[in-house]
Amino acid sequence: MPMNPTRKRRLTLVIVIAVAAALAIGLGVYALQQNMNYLFTPSQVQSGQATPYKTFRLGGMVKAGSIQRSKDSLEVTFTVVDASGAMPVEYTGILPDLFRDNQSVIATGHMDGARFVATEVLAKHDETYMPKELKDAMAKAHADSKVKEAVAQDKSP
Amino acid sequence: MSTWIPLWLHKLGSPPTFYRVAGAVRPWAMGLALLCGAIGLYGGLVLAPADYQQGDAYRIIFIHVPSAWMSMFIYAVMGAAAFVALVWRVKLAEVVAMESAPIGAAFTFITLVTGSLWGKPMWGTWWTWDARLTSELVLLFLYLGVIGLYHAFEDRRQGARAAGFLAIIGIINVPIVHWSVTWWNTLHQGSTVNVFGHSKMPWDMLWPLLMVMLATKAYYAASLCRRARTDLLALESGKDWVRQVAETEAGR
Repeated sequence: MPMNPTRKRRLTLVIVIAVAAALAIGLGVYALQQNMNYLFTPSQVQSGQATPYKTFRLGGMVKAGSIQRSKDSLEVTFTVVDASGAMPVEYTGILPDLFRDNQSVIATGHMDGARFVATEVLAKHDETYMPKELKDAMAKAHADSKVKEAVAQDKSP
Repeated sequence: MSTWIPLWLHKLGSPPTFYRVAGAVRPWAMGLALLCGAIGLYGGLVLAPADYQQGDAYRIIFIHVPSAWMSMFIYAVMGAAAFVALVWRVKLAEVVAMESAPIGAAFTFITLVTGSLWGKPMWGTWWTWDARLTSELVLLFLYLGVIGLYHAFEDRRQGARAAGFLAIIGIINVPIVHWSVTWWNTLHQGSTVNVFGHSKMPWDMLWPLLMVMLATKAYYAASLCRRARTDLLALESGKDWVRQVAETEAGR
C-alpha cells in the first residue's frame, strides 16, 4: 500500500490517540461497573450486597396478589420478588400506569427493618411488543397460571 | 495518490464533481424520505395494532427508535469521515464530518425528548440516570462539542481538524450506547429489533418501523447533500468552478 511518510505519521498519530482514549474510557467504565448497576434484586439485598448504601434501588417483579392499597390514603404495600428472594415494600404516592401484578418494577428508597420504604416506584417494561389478541391467544394456549393472571389484570380497567 | 482507491471515488472526492452529484441525488433522497416517512408513519400510527401492555402509547417508538438509530449511525459516519479527513486531509471528508454533526445532534435531541415523553406515563419518570439514558445524553454533548469546537477557530480547516479529533475519540461512546442495556441493569428495556436473529415484535409492527428507518436514512442523505454543497461553495469561493456555478445560477 503506497503511502507517503506524512500520511503514515498522521495515521499512526490518529490511531494511537484513538486507542489511548478508548483504553482510558474503557478502564474508567470498567472501574465504575460496581456503581453503574442500576438496581439490586431482593436476593442481592438479603445477601447483604446493598448494606453499604443508605438509599438504593430495588428491582424485581410485583408478587401476584400482594398489592394492598390503603382506603383513605395513597399508601400501598406490595412484595417484590426475584428468582430466590422476596421483599415487602411500602410506598405512598402515584404509581405508573404499568404498575400491576407480575410487573417488573424499580423502587428507590431505604430499608426500615426488614421492610423497604420507597420514595419512588418506576415500572420497567420489556422489549417485547405484540397485539393484545396474540397475547390472549398465547395465554389460552399456555396452561401457565402466571400468564393467565397477567392477562386477567390486562382486562381489568 | 494511492492506487488502491477506485477512480470514481477519487473523482467523487473532488468538490466540483461532488457538488454536481449531490445536487442530482438530493431531490431523489428527499422524495424517498417523504414517501417512506408517510407510509411508515401511517403504518405505525394507524395500521399497526396496539400493544398488549402499553396500548397506544407504544406508538412513539415509530419516532423514537429510528431517531435513536440515526443518532448512532450519523456519529459513526462522522467519526469515519473525520478519520479520513485527519489522515488524508480530504477536504470533502472534513465537510461531510462537520456537516453531519448538526443533523446527528438533532436526531439525538429528538430521541431524548420522545424517550422522556414516553418514560413519564410508562415508567413513571421523565428522566433517570441509567446507563442507556446517560450515554445517549453524553452522545448529544459530544455532538455539541464537535459543533462548538469547529466554530471556535478562526480558520475553518483548523477547526475541522480539532473537532475531528473529538469526533474520533467520542466514537467510543457509540458501542457504549448500543450495549449499555446488556452490560448493566438499566430501566431502559433491551433491543427489540435484532439484525442477526429473532426480533421481539410481530411483522405488522415491524415493517412501519423499518419504513421510518429508511425515511430517516434518506433524509440524512438529502440534508447532508444540501449542507455539504453550501459548505463547499463557501470553502472554495475563490475557485473557478464556483464562479462558473455562480454565473450559471445568475444566468437563469
